[in-house]
This record gives sequence, structure tokens and C-alpha cells, in this order.
Amino acid sequence: MFNKKFMEELFKPQDLYSKKALRTVYDRLAHASIMRLNQASMDKLYDLMTMAFKYQVLLCPRPKDILLVTFNHLDAIRDFVRDAPSILNQVDETFRQLIEVYTPLSAGEFQLIRQTLLLFFQDMHIRVSIFLKDKVQNSNGRFVLPISGPVPWGTEIPGLIRMFNHNGDEVKRTKFTTDGNYVMPQREGSFDLYGDRVLKLGTNMYSVSRPVETHMAGSSKSLASHEKENIAPNPLAKEEMNFLARLIGGLEVKEAGGNETGFRLNLFTTDEEEEHAALAGAHESPYAVISIAASQEPARQQELARILGELEVAEPRAGSAAKGDDLLALMDAL
Amino acid sequence: MRSCDGHAALRPGVRHARALCRQAAWCVLPARVLLVLTSHKGIQMYESDGSIMVYWHALDATEHPTAQAVFARGIAAASGRFICVGLSSGLVLVFDIPPKGTNVTVSEVLAEHSAAVTDIAAELGHDGAGDLVSADDSGALCVWSSGEEFALQRGGPGGAGIPCSCSSVKLWNGILAAGYGNGQIRLYEAASGALRARVDAHARWIYALDVAPATGKLLSGAEDSFVHVWQLGRSPDTGDIEVGPGAPGAARGGRPCACCSGAARPQIEHCHAECVPDTQVCGARFCDARGASFAVTGYDLAEIVRYSRA
Repeated sequence: MFNKKFMEELFKPQDLYSKKALRTVYDRLAHASIMRLNQASMDKLYDLMTMAFKYQVLLCPRPKDILLVTFNHLDAIRDFVRDAPSILNQVDETFRQLIEVYTPLSAGEFQLIRQTLLLFFQDMHIRVSIFLKDKVQNSNGRFVLPISGPVPWGTEIPGLIRMFNHNGDEVKRTKFTTDGNYVMPQREGSFDLYGDRVLKLGTNMYSVSRPVETHMAGSSKSLASHEKENIAPNPLAKEEMNFLARLIGGLEVKEAGGNETGFRLNLFTTDEEEEHAALAGAHESPYAVISIAASQEPARQQELARILGELEVAEPRAGSAAKGDDLLALMDAL
Repeated sequence: MRSCDGHAALRPGVRHARALCRQAAWCVLPARVLLVLTSHKGIQMYESDGSIMVYWHALDATEHPTAQAVFARGIAAASGRFICVGLSSGLVLVFDIPPKGTNVTVSEVLAEHSAAVTDIAAELGHDGAGDLVSADDSGALCVWSSGEEFALQRGGPGGAGIPCSCSSVKLWNGILAAGYGNGQIRLYEAASGALRARVDAHARWIYALDVAPATGKLLSGAEDSFVHVWQLGRSPDTGDIEVGPGAPGAARGGRPCACCSGAARPQIEHCHAECVPDTQVCGARFCDARGASFAVTGYDLAEIVRYSRA
């Protein structure tokens, strides 16, 4: 995805994608992974992505902050690939290009970009459970706009009128009140290659203890604290890796008599909710569990064995480790 | 939506014939009323009811470097028979409008702005000295005298400390009100360019200003979901301690043409705040000349909400 050619293509000035074109690109990107989604699941994932991004673009305090949102996306990606120097280089190169192309733009130009993006999302009011639960989206699908919290960097808290005489001296101050309850921002987010973006829009919206819009005090260095949550080993990771191994046929599946062998991706909070949603008119928004087609055709297996072979790195591994840990280590080494 | 000065603007968001419509406004000239639409394709002028397209001015994207967005934005009627429209290149086109018929011509091109024009405003009945103002994305303002030939009266008043993009301008009684991307409203003397008031008005980008010509009420709408009503005025100058070369006494004794004398100090007072819940306000206009009611719309909102005094 961060391939040089692909990025060069992306950075060429171009019109906004049509909805159909974006969907095609998105489908291809999603299916470039091991994930296989049926149409309904893909629709749902796409809706989730579009609404999440609409939220991020809409809630940007200043137009320029859409760049910080992108940097938050890339920071997360960079964290995923931190052990893969070649991809890391590609991501950093993308970072450098973004900084070079976009940081010189004026507020007005950023606003134009933002308006253009928002035009794409106009009239999309799909309700997203995590947003509804967090009370950032109303039941009619419109996002909640806060009238409190920090004002954008470079903006004063509303409420003061200053008057000047014709020498430019301040001669009078009056105050007025509004229902807004704003505070001053502590600092501006970093537009550098590394740094604290301050803005939380565009960070992992599923991280358990989502940090509040206001931020921790002190001069925390480079990476924000929210990323630390991801560092703890994820118990699911091993199973995911095992599943990947099964998919590519490198691991014998032990049928333990149970009916459920893989893991399920569920975009709902609970199974009951999901079943309920599945029953409720699939017409309006086709809810479905993402089903992953884990076929084990022997013909494919050969090809996959070759791919798996390519994944091998000439690095000695402790042979005693469990199979799952083994594969995780292998992926880490890449 | 109709507004009394016949100049209703609904800012970005409307799709028109697969073009990205940036602004729409009724331009009231003594002889006729035209509905003007601007988009990234060009400028369209219709009869006031939208029935007949009178004029189409295409913007040629190929003249510009590909990386640059091309659009027209900022519409104002000036000096009886002209309509001024701003361009993303910073140029302001002055169209000569015949009393009837379709023989619209470009009579002048004003090249002063170095950034994309954001808004243009004119003060009716103030033909001549400083009756037209244009703003751009860099925050610069240009004050023009309209007429047979448009003359630049003042470029970029308040040059220092311009915060950011000036998204909206209005003229009333020689007072220039400007709304900025950082939520500020500033008042300048149109004639001298002197900064007379700075208001921390909104917590987000200001999208729209409007003025009620009969009363001097000012309306501001921004992305922070607030709409504010302000009262503009000129102080009787009793409290003005400074006695400068402006000689307040002379002005008081003489003709009360405040915009020329600059003696009576422009005033602004906060009158009313209205929160339009969960709406990034992108268009706000008074519905009558006295400013007793106003209409508001926002991004992603298919409605126009009208507020009036009880």
C-alpha cells in the first residue's frame, strides 16, 4: 500500500473519487489482506470506515487539523510495522511527502480540502454503535458537535470585545456570555515526522480506555500514551496467527470435536445484538457477521506453501516455542 | 429564502449540475434582479426566478496549474449596473449588466489579491468612496471605489497581525465588518482601514456574516454551531478621549457623514446568541431590512431554520 509507485499516483493532483471508485479501491485494499468478506460484511465495514472518517473530518477543530488526523493514522500504521524496516521506510517516505506537500498550505486551502471531503460524505447518516454508545452520534445519524472543550489552536475563547481608537490604542473592553464552555488549548499538535499530535481524532477508536479530548500534562515525548495500550501482548494475536497459518495451510487443524474452529469478527457488541440485527430488516442496512472463507484446497496449498517459504527468514529460532508463538516471532522478524 | 437586500447566500454544499456550487446570491440592480451562482466550472447568471440563464462565464481550468483548484466565490452588485465576482486566482471580475437582455460583458478585471477571493461586499447607496470590499484566503482586504472605473482605495487594511483566512465581509455605514477562520470578527473603517474593534466571537471557522441595512444589526454564523446577533453603531464620541487630527468637534458640527470623517467611533455590542444544535452553520442571513428575523442552514442539513423575535 505504501509502495512508491502507488504513492506517487496518490500524490498526483486529481479530482475527488466518485463513491463507486472509492468503494472499488477500498474493496481491493481490504481483500489484499487475508480477510475475505462477503458482500454484506463488506458493505458494513465500508459504512463503518466512511462514518468514522466523516466524523474525523467534520470534528477537526481547524481545517489544518485534517493533516493531524492523517498523521494519527500513519503513526498507528508505523507502529504496526515498526519491526519491518523496509515498510517502515515507505511509511516514513509517505510522511515526508505529506509534510512537504501539505504543511505549506494556507488555512483557506485546507478548508477547501475539508469542504470537498465533507461534500463526499454529505447525506451519509449511517448509525454506528460505538458512536451511539459514546454519545457522539445522535439517533438520527447526525454527529454531536461539542460546545465545550479546547478551542482550536490560534483561536481565543469567545466572549471578549476590544475597541480601538484611531491610533490603534485599546479604549474599551466589554464581555459577553454564550452557552459555550471552552478552554484554551495547551499546545499545538506536532506536524513533524514524529511528535505528539495532541488531537485524538484518527487514533484507534476501539482502544479500551479512550483518552479524553483533553490531554495529559507535561512534555510527554514523541509518541502519545494511547499507543502504549497496544504494546501489551494481545491474547487474540496468537489465535489470529494460528488462523493465518491454517489459512495458508501450514498448520494442522486439530478438530477438537467443537463446532467452532476459527475466530469470528463481530461488528456488534454482543451476539444477541447481532442476531437481533440480523433479523431486523436486512434491507436498510445489511448487518452480517464477517465470514472468512477458509478453504483448504490442496491445489492452493502448494502455492501457499511457496509463499510461506518466502516468509522464512534466515534467523535461528528457539525450537522449543509453541507453534503459535513461533509464527508470531516469524511475523515480527519480517 | 428571500432577504430584503435581495442578496441571499447559501454557502458550499449545494450540488448543481454536477458542479460544486460555491455560492448563490441575488444581485439587486436598479433595473433588474439577477440570481448569480458560482461553482468550480464557472459563473452563471439567471433571471431572479431562475427561469432563464442570462449569462454563462466558464472558468478554464487548463489555464491554471493542475494542482490548483479553480472556482469562483464572492458575489456583489455595485454601482447600479455592475456585478463583481471573485475567482480562486485572486482576480475580481466586474460584469457590466445591461438593463435587459443577455448582453453581459466583462468590463474590468481587478488584479490585487494574491490569494483566492473569499467574499465581496458592497454598500448600496454609498457609491463612490470605498463602497466595495473584497477579501481573500490570506486574510487581506481590498477596499474599492466602484464606478465607470473601479479604483483601489486601500489594499489590505490592518495589514499586520491578520490572523488567517477572511471568510466573510460586510459593509455598513462605512464600517467594514470582517469574519475570520479563527472565529474573530474585526471592524475597520472602510475609508481609512483603521482597526476599530476585535471580537473573539466564535470558537470555530466563521462562515457567514450579514448586515441588516436599516438597523445596523450584524449576524455571524460559524462551525461552532452558534449564530450571534450584534449591533453595529457609531458612538456619539463623548467618551472618546483621544483628540487627534480627526478633530471630532468639527465632524459633530458638520455633516454627519461618519464614513468620511471617521470621527464617530464604530461600536459593536452583543445582542443575542443562538445555538443551532449539532449544526456546523455554513449560511446565515437576515430575512428583513431591520434584522428582526434571520434564517440559518448548515452542513449536511437539508433544512433552513428561521428565527424571529417574539
